[in-house]
Amino acid sequence: MSAKEKPKTLQLPDLDRVALVDEVGVEERVARFRSRSIKNASKVEALKMILSMIDLTTLEGQDTPGKVRQLCQKAIHLHDGMPGLPHVAAVCVYPPMVGIAKKALGNHNINVASVATAFPSGMAPRQIKLEETRIAVADGADEIDMVISRGEFLQGHYEFVFDEIAAIKDACGTAHLKVILETGELGTLDQVRKASMLAMHAGADFIKTSTGKIQPAATMPVTLVMLQAIRDFYFATGRRIGMKPAGGISDAKLAIHYLVMLHETLGQAWFSPEWFRFGASSLANDVLMQLQKQQSGVYQSADYFSKD
Amino acid sequence: MTSQPNKLAFNSGWQYAAAPEGTDHFSIGKRYGLFINGEFVKPATGKYFNTVNPATEEVLARVALAGDEDVDRAVAAARKAYKGVWSKMKAAERGKYIYRIARILQERAREFSVIESLDGGKPIRESRDIDIPLAAAHFFYYAGWADKLEYAFPGRKPAPLGVAGQIIPWNFPLLMAAWKIAPALACGNTVVLKPAETTPLTALKLAEVISEAGLPPGVVNIVTGAGKTGAAVVDHNDVDKVAFTGSTNVGRHIMMALAGTNKKYTLELGGKAANIVFADAAIDQAVEGIVNGIFFNQGHVCCAGSRLLVQESVADQVIAKLKDRMETLIVGDPLDKNTDIGAINSAPQLEKIESYLKIGQAEGAEMYQSSCSVPKKGYWCRPTIFTGVSQSNRIVQEEIFGPVLAIQTFRTLEEGLTKANNTPFGLSGGVWTDKGSKVFKMTQGIRAGVVWANTFNKFDPASPFGGYKESGVGREGGLHGLGAYLSLD
Amino acid sequence: MTNERVAVAKTYKIYIGGKFPRTESGRYYPLESAKGAVLANMCRGSRKDFRNAVVAARAATGGWSKTSAYLRGQILYRIAEMLEGRREQFIAELQLQGVNRRRAESEVNASIDRLIYYAGWADKYQQIFSAVNPVSSSHFNFSVLEPMGVVSILAPESSGLLGLVSNIAPAIVGGNTCVVLASQSKPLCAISFAEVLHASDVPGGVVNILTGFKPELTGQFASHMDVNAVVYCDGTVEIAKKVQELAAANIKRVVARVARDWSGDSAQDPYLIQDTQETKTTWHPIGS
Repeated sequence: MSAKEKPKTLQLPDLDRVALVDEVGVEERVARFRSRSIKNASKVEALKMILSMIDLTTLEGQDTPGKVRQLCQKAIHLHDGMPGLPHVAAVCVYPPMVGIAKKALGNHNINVASVATAFPSGMAPRQIKLEETRIAVADGADEIDMVISRGEFLQGHYEFVFDEIAAIKDACGTAHLKVILETGELGTLDQVRKASMLAMHAGADFIKTSTGKIQPAATMPVTLVMLQAIRDFYFATGRRIGMKPAGGISDAKLAIHYLVMLHETLGQAWFSPEWFRFGASSLANDVLMQLQKQQSGVYQSADYFSKD
Repeated sequence: MTSQPNKLAFNSGWQYAAAPEGTDHFSIGKRYGLFINGEFVKPATGKYFNTVNPATEEVLARVALAGDEDVDRAVAAARKAYKGVWSKMKAAERGKYIYRIARILQERAREFSVIESLDGGKPIRESRDIDIPLAAAHFFYYAGWADKLEYAFPGRKPAPLGVAGQIIPWNFPLLMAAWKIAPALACGNTVVLKPAETTPLTALKLAEVISEAGLPPGVVNIVTGAGKTGAAVVDHNDVDKVAFTGSTNVGRHIMMALAGTNKKYTLELGGKAANIVFADAAIDQAVEGIVNGIFFNQGHVCCAGSRLLVQESVADQVIAKLKDRMETLIVGDPLDKNTDIGAINSAPQLEKIESYLKIGQAEGAEMYQSSCSVPKKGYWCRPTIFTGVSQSNRIVQEEIFGPVLAIQTFRTLEEGLTKANNTPFGLSGGVWTDKGSKVFKMTQGIRAGVVWANTFNKFDPASPFGGYKESGVGREGGLHGLGAYLSLD
Repeated sequence: MTNERVAVAKTYKIYIGGKFPRTESGRYYPLESAKGAVLANMCRGSRKDFRNAVVAARAATGGWSKTSAYLRGQILYRIAEMLEGRREQFIAELQLQGVNRRRAESEVNASIDRLIYYAGWADKYQQIFSAVNPVSSSHFNFSVLEPMGVVSILAPESSGLLGLVSNIAPAIVGGNTCVVLASQSKPLCAISFAEVLHASDVPGGVVNILTGFKPELTGQFASHMDVNAVVYCDGTVEIAKKVQELAAANIKRVVARVARDWSGDSAQDPYLIQDTQETKTTWHPIGS
């Protein structure tokens, strides 16, 4: 992204004025989403939408080019036995794997997302984080998933966190920036909301719950609070921000309830991979099994779906 | 934020397919008699009336119309059971019978949920997740009190009153039956219950459960009918206690009818609760609370938060968010698991609600309804809010008992409290603020029997419920609900 | 004899809003001794006096209901102290109204002790009757008592002082204000008791005492739309019927304390306080 496309006045908002959140009320609302019964055509539609929203992820110390290539194959060929399936939105890897993934995905219109900024802890000097981001982008990353400096945030050093996000955004150039709040380390939903607001004002294109390395990772209450923050930011600025819950969403039923929550909180405009992603490694196969079940009427076995 | 330049779209794209709850796992009889002395009997009147599914206008069953003679028989059966069995039984054994009712209700929960939604129009989600489980929980709670009553009233010797005549409304048919029957039985009384004429089925199904639980004949009697049947119960000389839930007008008449008798009475009457939202509230949860407050059970709730008082500085924001939230409410088939708002309980009730919609507009208020479509057959009302409303408007002062919210603004805490209390009712109230000391100032200041702070429309068997002022006399639920069914000399 | 001092007779007035006006009606009724001597010209209170008293009582509810329980207890104790100091006056008044010396003494003693009894309950009845309710959801839920507001009391006819005190004390110790119609036939102590109240840090309007004709005023006491509860202590089924029928206009709470022996131990207990209390239940989420 060139300098002139950047939002003109990035400004840290007054986080003391960010709307408050009541945890029990959030949980009650989530229970209502979970009581929705999604059946038949709307279920098939949802399952396909979920597939198209997946950032297929491998973020292991033991990742190898071989593993990443296999994952990319899976991204392209989710389940060839079932025609008419969408492909996933992106493959998400560590920076050294970006080039490999980029090559493996070829021209299949699947993005490469790279974590960066000393993922998952974020404990590195800013220069290193910026350099890591630039390298990942240079190697072909379409999307950067950065982590915020939670220690600084929890100390109340909002300015620091804000500047860091803005700087990384700058380093992303045209790549989309997803900002991981690591909500499992923020303590309360009020903090989640504050961090969401901070990240959006600092230039995030997406806000993302978790690295997947900390428990709890994505939860529906946390995601709801972030979706509501996105809505309020949209009302205030007219800018649409994307949302990515990541970690802990491994079955189709739960993912459908996330879609219900998205649908009833932000509405139709967000209902696409452009604005909503699932960060997950094993979700895709469960969704595929459910789709197969919808088509055949027979419950499925995991042995019939490729694990890459 | 004062305006909302960007609209959210909820009604295009992905929609939820129909998800109807099955109805093949139980049966409703074609015709129901009166449940007197442990069996279903024909009414002496020889008359039956229809109970109708308000979502389809189809007749579900014919139900016996109890006349004076039938009520007399029911009271006599209750008296006999009281004298002969129930008052002599060891309290712990009495409790065990009530536990049985709770257990069987839990087992048959799905059947009860579906029938409740068919007969009353409420969404299956509510009957399944709220009405039926709470009814069972109520029996479970009071069962345990049966042999512990002396601990509830230090220095007194609690004793049962005798025969309790109980009249319940159509908004929570089984739950209200449980609210009435469970404490009455636990305290050693026998019961003559009159369900509402538009929703008698789950009470009649409860009669089956009571039989199944093996309760001695006559301990619980159920007489169906309309107001006249209820009056016969109230006026019967051999009734020792009257418990009524319904409108303030009828409650007033009952209070007058009981004047000069020694009958004890509890009345759970109307309400016009204020839900007060401060600028420092958790706004998104407050909006949810407003929705629960007024759209729960089609707004057929005596403690509904039917007045919204919102602090001026956040009024636009709250109303905008409320409108968005209303767009996501699904109105329609009560048996669909995704339905949020079911059918209005009856044609007369719909007529009453619609008359208030006209009154509100004629008074100059601005009406907003969600854009949802409603079925052609049946009785329906879209979720509705009125803005630009004044304290002097009838839609602010009178109970509408439908999904209709009157929104007013206030500037200071005192103004909010004054407006909230400026009503003859005093059943419930709500306050939304993140500041703890303000929560207590408000909850103390609201003149009402139940106050929800940062939540709304929550119910529990352990939690006493009942109103100040014209919202009623006495409490139901919890330890405080026992006193209404005991003499404490 | 010519130098004998002329006694100053007491004028008995009514007590409204901390003041001692005469009845606005200008009417009176002569109170006679058993031998037919006129003891005093009592105010024959009117419905307008009652109306004014309710206004005063309503105005006093805000302050009195917020007065701390500890202070309410101290004020009731203070009333007892003041009454103790005027024992002889009250004994003499009771005797004037036909009670023998021994019984008069015992009635005054019991009245003082009753005030002490309820003074002690001021900061305790709440603990007896309130509850924390273990609800199944993630909420803190508790029920407490709150005063009903304005209580109208038709005091016992037979017990001019003790019956009066026994009904006023439980109402006001719980933070209510009240308007009382004194015993029609034994009204003297009621007005003297008002003077005791007046000297006892009881804020004006908390207790208002009228004298007058019960048949004339009962309907007013039962029907007034700004009265929250009516207590009556005498009367036939017809009176009970009338009170409740009129009370129904605003769903007023009706407390019947008919045919009680106000001198017995059973005439005092915290349940009499509870009679004019509402139970309020409050819910709040437990979360962060």
